[in-house]
Formats: sequence, C-alpha cells, structure tokens
Amino acid sequence: MLRFFLTRVGLLIPTFIGVSIVAFAFIRLLPGDPIMLLAGERGVDPARYAELQASLGFDKPLPIQYINYLKDILTGDFGTSIVTKRPVLDEFMTLFPATIELALCAIILATLVGIPAGVLAAVKRGTWLDQSVMGTALVGYSMPIFWWGLLLIILFSGILQWTPVSGRISLIYFFPPVTGFMLIDSLLSGQSGAFRSALSHLILPTIVLATIPLAVIARQTRSAMLEVLGEDYVRTARAKGLPPRRVIGLHALRNALIPVITTIGLQVGVLLAGAILTETIFSWPGIGKWMVDSVFKRDYSVVQGGLLLIAGVIMIVNLVVDLLYGLINPRIRH
Amino acid sequence: MKKLNSLLATTALAAMLASTAQAKTLVYCSEGSPEGFDPALYTSGTTFDASSKNVYNRLVEFNIGTTETKPGLAESYEVSEDGLEYTFKLRPGVKFHTTDFFTPSRDLNADDVIFSFERQLNEDNSFNKYVEGASWEYFNGMSMPDLLKGIEKVDDMTVKFVLNRPEAPFIANMAMDFASIVSKEYADKLEADGKASDLNQKPVGTGPFQFVAYQPDAVIRFKAHPDYWAGKEKIDDLVFAITTDASVRQQKLMAGECHVAPYPNPADLDALRANDDLQLMEQEGLNVGYLAYNALVAPFDNAKVRKALNMAINKQAILDAVFQGSGQAAKNPIPPTMWSYNKAVEDDAYDPEAAKAMLAEEGVTDLSMKVWAMPVQRPYNPNARRMAEVIQEDFSKVGVNVEIVSYEWGEYLDKSKAKDRDGAVLLGWTGDNGDPDNFLAVLLGCDGVGGSNRAQWCNDEFEALIQKAKVVSDKAERTALYEEAQVVFKREAPWATIAHSVVFMPMSKKVSGYVMDPLGGHWFTGVDIAE
Amino acid sequence: MTDTTTTPQAHTPLRRGRFAEFWYYFSQNRGAVIGLVVFSSIVFIAVFAPLIAPHSPSVQNRDAFLVPPFWQEGGSTTYLLGTDAVGRDMLSRLMYGSQFSLFIGLFVVVLSVSSGVLIGLLAGYFRGWVDTVIMRIMDVILAFPSLLLALVLVAILGPGLLNAMIAIALILQPHFVRLTRASVLTERDREYVIASRVAGARPVRLMFLTILPNCLAPLIVQATLSFSTAILDAAALGFLGMGAQPPTPEWGSMLAEAREFILRAWWVVTLPGLAILITVLAINLMGDGLRDALDPKLKKS
Repeated sequence: MLRFFLTRVGLLIPTFIGVSIVAFAFIRLLPGDPIMLLAGERGVDPARYAELQASLGFDKPLPIQYINYLKDILTGDFGTSIVTKRPVLDEFMTLFPATIELALCAIILATLVGIPAGVLAAVKRGTWLDQSVMGTALVGYSMPIFWWGLLLIILFSGILQWTPVSGRISLIYFFPPVTGFMLIDSLLSGQSGAFRSALSHLILPTIVLATIPLAVIARQTRSAMLEVLGEDYVRTARAKGLPPRRVIGLHALRNALIPVITTIGLQVGVLLAGAILTETIFSWPGIGKWMVDSVFKRDYSVVQGGLLLIAGVIMIVNLVVDLLYGLINPRIRH
Repeated sequence: MKKLNSLLATTALAAMLASTAQAKTLVYCSEGSPEGFDPALYTSGTTFDASSKNVYNRLVEFNIGTTETKPGLAESYEVSEDGLEYTFKLRPGVKFHTTDFFTPSRDLNADDVIFSFERQLNEDNSFNKYVEGASWEYFNGMSMPDLLKGIEKVDDMTVKFVLNRPEAPFIANMAMDFASIVSKEYADKLEADGKASDLNQKPVGTGPFQFVAYQPDAVIRFKAHPDYWAGKEKIDDLVFAITTDASVRQQKLMAGECHVAPYPNPADLDALRANDDLQLMEQEGLNVGYLAYNALVAPFDNAKVRKALNMAINKQAILDAVFQGSGQAAKNPIPPTMWSYNKAVEDDAYDPEAAKAMLAEEGVTDLSMKVWAMPVQRPYNPNARRMAEVIQEDFSKVGVNVEIVSYEWGEYLDKSKAKDRDGAVLLGWTGDNGDPDNFLAVLLGCDGVGGSNRAQWCNDEFEALIQKAKVVSDKAERTALYEEAQVVFKREAPWATIAHSVVFMPMSKKVSGYVMDPLGGHWFTGVDIAE
Repeated sequence: MTDTTTTPQAHTPLRRGRFAEFWYYFSQNRGAVIGLVVFSSIVFIAVFAPLIAPHSPSVQNRDAFLVPPFWQEGGSTTYLLGTDAVGRDMLSRLMYGSQFSLFIGLFVVVLSVSSGVLIGLLAGYFRGWVDTVIMRIMDVILAFPSLLLALVLVAILGPGLLNAMIAIALILQPHFVRLTRASVLTERDREYVIASRVAGARPVRLMFLTILPNCLAPLIVQATLSFSTAILDAAALGFLGMGAQPPTPEWGSMLAEAREFILRAWWVVTLPGLAILITVLAINLMGDGLRDALDPKLKKS
C-alpha cells in the first residue's frame, strides 16, 4: 500500500511542475497590459510605466522570473493582486469556502438523488420508469447550465418570488465569518432565521450546479447496477430466495458503488468548471467568479496564482479518490 | 415555500427590530467590489464610493450635485498674490471614527493633512510603499509631484502648500478623492503593530459613515459616524451589496432587496419608470465621447475637411441606435454641467449634401479612412462598434469609404497616441475634478500631442487661451477665456463631438434626499429612508 | 468480477456484416433513432438556412424592436419567433445559428480527434520516455477545470469563434490521447499485430492500418460525446463574452447579448438556450445508441 501511495504522489510532482509552467507561461502570453488597463484614458507616462513593470518583476529574464516564482510558491507566496493589491492566497482563502459550500451541497444533492434514481432505473429496467428517469438524466446531462440558471431565476425569483435573486444570505443578518461556510456560520451566529436565509440563497445555485453531476451519477449507477445484477453471486443470492430488496441493497448496491464513488470523486473538476458559470449567474462570491473577473481585468497575478491553486486542489482531490479507490479495491494497486 | 418565506421574513424582521431598536438601514446595490479602501491608491469610481465619498473628507469638498467647491476639513483658505502659496485653516473639533479596531485619542490636526500628502509625495515616507505594488495613480496623474514644492505645518491647525507654478485648478484637485485625509495616529499605530496594509483594508476617516466590515465580493457594511462634524446622518446603517450584473441589480431593486441601484440597463428604463415603487433620477454625466481626427495627417490637417466630415455625421441616429435615450448630442468638448460651458456655440448641422460639396471644394474625392472603435463599453460610449458602424454608413453617403478597426483595450489606448496614427479614433473622457482645464488642456493642449491629445492638434490661438486660464485665479476671467477657447475649437473642428451620456439612478420611493453627482460619485450624505 | 464474459470476437466478422449488425442494434434503440431524426433536421436547417430562413440574420429592422413571438399579444406572423433588441428576426438567427453550432462541433471533433489519435498512437506504440512525456503533458491539461483553461486560452489568443474552437479542441484532446493509447497498449501485443510485424510491416503502416481500425469503436463514441461537449463549451464561452463575437448569430453569444432582457423579453433568452439543449440532446441520444451498438459487452446484458 505504501508503494502504491508513493508512486501516486510521485506522479503528482512532474504534473505540478507542468501546471506551474503552464500558469507561468500563460500570463506572459496574455495580451493586454494591466497597467494600461488600470490607467485607462488617463494614460501613464513612460518612466512611471517602466517603474511599475519593474515592481511586477517583468523586467527580468524569463528563467529567472520562473525560478523566483517557484521559490515564492514554496514559501506560500502566490503573488499579490495587481488590482486589489491583496495577496492572492488571502483572496483565495476568503473566497474558496463559498465555492466549497456550493460544490458540497451540489454533490450531496447529486448523490442523494442520483444514486436512488440510478438504482431504481436499473431495477425496473426497460419500464417506462427506467425510460423517464434515464430520459431526464440525459436532458440534465445535455443542459447548458448557464441558460438553466437564467430560467430558474426568471421562474423562481422573478415570477414566483420564492427565492432571493443573488448573494449568500439576506443583508439584514450580519455576523463575522468563522468557518466561511454560511450554513454553519449562520447557525453559530444564533440569529434566528439566518440559517433559513442562507439555505434559501443556496437552493437555486445548488440545483444548477448539481444538474450535470446528478445526471452522470444516475447514469453511472444504473449501468454499474446492471452489471452487478448480472453477476453470478447476485443471481445465486436471488436463487437462494433472498428478498429482492436485500439482494439489491446489500449485495448489488455495495459492489456497484465502487465505480460510482470514483465517478463522484472525478466530478470535482466538473464542479469547478460548472462553478465558473453558476457563480457568474448568481453573483456568488466564490473562486469561479473571481477567476472570470480576473481574466477580464487582466489581473495577471490572480490568474496565475488562481490557476495553480485550483489545479492543486483538483490534483489533491483526485489523489485522494485514487487512494481511496485503491483501498476499497486492492486489485488496481498493481 | 411561500409560507416559509413570509415566516422567514417576519422572524428576520423581528430579530432585526429587537437587536437594533429601529435602526434605519439603506442598502445600496453597488456595481462591483472596491479594489481597496485607500482611495489615493486607485482610480475607479467603485473604489471611491466605498472609501473617499462616504468614509473620508477632504480639505475642500465638492458641493454635491455641482462641480463647484466648498469648504471641507479646511474652514477657509488663502492664496498668495503670486498664486504660489495656499494656506488652509483647519476646522477645529473634527473627530475621527471610533471603531472596534481603533480608538482615536485626538481630533484632526495638521499632522494628519501632511501625512496624507507626504505618503504620496515622498518616497522615504514609510507609507509610500506600504502595500506591494502601491502607486499613487491620481496624485501622479494630476502632476502633483511636479506641482508641489512643499507642504508646511504653520501651526497645529494651519497647513501651507507651496507650488512651483501658479495653477488655478489646484483647489479643485484638493477636492479629489486622492486628497482624502487619513489619520496619522491610526497609520502610526498600524505601523507599530506591523499591520500597515490594514490602512487599505480597514479605513478610519472623518467622513459621515464609518467602516464596519467587508466580505470580499459580497457586502460592505458602514454605520453613521456618531460624532460627524457636520452632524450625524439620518440613516444608521449603510450597506453596499455588491451585485455586478445589471439585470440582477434591477431584480433586487424590484424585490426590495436593495433601495438604490446604479447603472441600469438602458433597455430596462421603461420598466423602471413604470414601477410604482421606484423613482428614477437622471443627470447628464460629466463626460464627452468624440471622434478625433489626426490633424497631422493629410487630408485631416485641413480644418474644412474635418468640418465637412462633422457635418456628415447623423448624431440623432447615433443617439437612437447606440445610447437608446441615455445620451445627448455634444457640441462642445466639455459637458453642459461644467462651468464655462459655452451655450452660444452652434453645432454643425447634419447636412450630407453640403458636406459632400465642401469636400469636393477642398479637392478631396475618393477618400478612404479608418475609424477606430474601442473594444469596451465606457460611460461616454456604450457601444463603440455600433457607433462606428453608423458613422461608416453616414460617411459612405458623402463618398468616404470607412474601414473599422479595433484593438485590445490597453493596446488601443497606446496605439491611438501615435502621431502618425492612420485614421480617426473614437474615444472619450470623464472629468476628474470638474475643472474645464481637466478637459481642454489634457485633451486638446499642445503638450498632449503624441499622448492624451488624440487629435494631435496644436493650435496657437487655443493654446494661448487655455494656458492663460490656467494661471489666472479669478473665476469670471477664466470662464471668459474658456468660452472663447470653445469657439476656436468649434471653428477648427479637431474632433467630431458626439455625445454626453445621461446617467440614470433608479431607487426606491422610500429614499429621499439623494443628490446625483455630475462627477459620477455615489454619496449618501443627507439621504433618508422612510420606514 | 472476472473477465470471462468478454472474448475477443470483435475482429472476426466481415465489414458489411458488422455494419448491418451495428444498424440493427442502433435502430433497436428508440432514443437513438429520435436523436438521429432530430439531428438530421438540424443539419437540414443549417445547410438550407439561406433558402428557408424568412429574413436575413443580420438586417436590423428599426421599427420592430423586441417584437414577441406570433402567438403572443403584439406579435406578428412576419416574425414567427419575434425579434431581438435591434429588430433582427429570431427565427432566422436561430436557423443560421445552427450552422455555427454544427461547424463548431465538427471542427473541434476533427481537430481534437486527429491530433489526439496521432499523439495517442505515438505514446502507445513507442512507449518509454515518449509515452511518459506525452502522458504527463496530458495530465497537466486535465489538472485544470476544462472551462477555466479554455477561458484563459481564449483570453490569450483573443476572443473569437476560431480561437474558442481551438481552445476547446485542446482541452478535449487528452481524452482521445488516453483512449487511443490504452487501446494501442492492449492491441499491440495481440497476435494479428505481432503477425504483421513479423511479416515486415513498417511502424507507420502498423499503427494506422492495423492497430487503429481496431480501436475505432470507443473513439467513435467519445467523438460523439465531444461533439456535444464542444457545442456546450463554445456556447458557454460565448456566454462569458469570449466566444463568437456579436453580431454573429451563435447561440451562446445570442444568450449573452439577451441577458439584459431577461425580465422584459423572455423569447430572446429562452429560445437560443432551447436550441442548444435540443441539439446537444439529439447528439447525446445518438451517442448512447452508438455506444450500445458498438459495445459488445453491453449488447449481451
């Protein structure tokens, strides 16, 4: 097991170096110049311009810039935002909990609905139930979620006025962030109604973000279940006269879950990509929106640091999924 | 769900009433996150709204709603005969904010004023580079380092600014955001605690509202400054709900989630007007959108050719197609809300036939030219591409063939400065300090050729007028000079003046006392909200 | 979970027989057939848009701003699905939009499949350091959220449809590399490959004519999925203002332009999204059918 662990971690190192090179190279290839953008019509005089370039370290040769950059990263310095002048890591840490909260809620919703739906479809294979569940899943899988979000806003916030339009909690509540997770912080604050308000703000973004993972999980569960249900030991269990619920619940589902769990783990990248769109639509203050805004503002340091941090998170999550999978299923270790 | 929501609302309301005995809260759906809270470091209006406008004061202040100045933290000032020395007498008893992170031990004095400027002027000041990449953009942009010879403390309550040359707009500059007065005592404490960068995160000022908390990209909270020198504000809490999307802002306004929401979509104006719970204020923006010819390149070096092209542009079509009612035609290079605006100037009439004849007279036939269109939306030009398309169509009617070009915004600003630039460029300007000098000298002065003077136009008569107006301190005399300069401008036509935008401000009918600022700021001084 | 059920029987039947078999399974799948019909009609609309569209997609009708669809009050049959903010006919724009979406799908799939297969073949056939370097590069690409990577790439290349397509092709291509490489690894030691190698076949011939045809099934399935992903991603980039630039009637950028009318004119927001959904759904339905028909393992269960 240790060997397995070490190889997996070892594989990460070249990937991480690659990721850092990509992030480093990207921002030097980005056309447009944050200094000029910030100055706007007013302009900036050439001497001042050179000074600002130097303060960003852009006047040194590329390999030296890269080495300095790696050194900084290893000491936890991901640069300073050109626009806000705050450390990129600070900004990431304040905004990341909002994204995690949304992503966790989405993955929980997707799992809680997706797995039963998939099991149901597999068990009732070929019936209208199976077809409608799988049909719905395919629609979800094909959904342009930015449009889906707009539709939900029109319906639930605009016409029915059931849910708030955007944000994380009603502005009448005010408490300092403790964990950064609004659901937990609102409970800790002890202010009545705060938790409900936070929850009502979460509903629409969660549904939107969960749509695609839900569809994927439902489809994956169904095919994994079908496969397992055809296996000998399940047939044996059935033949032995065990009640179907027990067969499905105890024997089939447990084994079918292994690939499904992997699928859930691999949805992290999908979720973060989806968060970019979801957060933009719902003005959700998370890292997806942060990255989009920074690309448009040409805030190089944030794009660079953000790419690296996000890729790092995804790599770590994938590693954990990989290791867990290795634990559950010893065969793949070799 | 509906039931749950109303229940939710009542419990929330109850909680609010219980905790803050009928506090009046005004929610402002701001259009973006502030870059920081030290206004001198930045140039964007969004940042100023969250800092200088509501948290800080300056020595002189704009009379909100005008471009005139009035006394602020300085009760009075004197200008020496030669126009080189400005002596400010500070207002006594001005209190800084007492917050949970700082308790001031003294009132405002000369040290605070000197520190506020020293940190920008003097590279040895420990706060000159207190955040990484700090640069004092506006201070430098307004040429303050060249202008200021020194700042002296005459006594505790008197400060003297010594200039290198007479500069009439200096007082207007002192009302600008970068001239906000910060607390030296607070800065010293932060430095001692090793938390200097907090000056840009947790502001302490003398203004009508004091900072409470900021959740990045989400909410900024302020409360009324109880000891404000001009009297405590009527609202108790001021909340900025950061909402970047215009349609979301409008939905929140309609749902009562915020009371004031700036920058509506032009498309939504009718719906806003029709809503019984809302009021819609409007004001001409302090800006101008123009098409600058290159006066150094033939045939645009000929004023008659420029004039003829101006006559070929159908401004009404531009206002309809591009501004959709949120603009007004421009005839002068300065906006009508600015003092010294020359009402007597007559705009070039739209007359393609006459324009064609005039071009033929000057021997210009089969002209092909480029029109540069900006890639971004600006207050003075909501859609440059579409504007260029209308101009293309208009010019084709007088036999001028137009090719539209565009670059990435930073590149556009840079390339358009070139003296040998090929083509006329669409651009504009938003006023900084309400002084005509800020438009006429910056955009059309001889110094700006190859830089901010995109028309590359240097006219002796015009230059003499604006240079004289810059050093004279008598306002009536300055007004006369600028009015004459506008006549010269119109005759020589280095630009086609296109439009000034009209800024709209929708808000709940419960809000009273809000005054729109021609300089584009959002002030909540004197604002009240009915329960 | 042993592999006893799978036997390498896929290579034996003759080509014609294989197609007939494929079509048999494909046509059994009702969803797939519906998908095929819908997709064919979208292709038809795209090809004949200039003939069947009632108006030009770019002509602005100055006296018909935001006219609702014909069934709604204020609508007219001149503009069946209404007009947009500058008076362009929605139906015509949607019809021309299908050209863009199909072109995007096709371009991205061709680009990513051809480059992905080539790189995958190289990695799988040569093994060793070539393989290691290639696979690490693919890992790097896959370490970023796809849309974020595409967004930054387009920011570098400059906003526009072509650049968006290139960026999307790049983020999709690692899937083909991995798939091809995996297939090559399993195939290269099979008897028929060894046989032709012994017979003196050169590596290039071996890779393209012997190994590749036998990895086609999973590639076709993946290509179909990528076709729909490409359309979705291009629309998302358009929505973020980084894809096709207005006034191109690309569905994603139509949505982005229409966002400000969300409460005022539902049709300019709803219809382009619906068009995207229908197209992507049709392709995915076909993709499912293809997978079931091509995958011998599922056929049996």
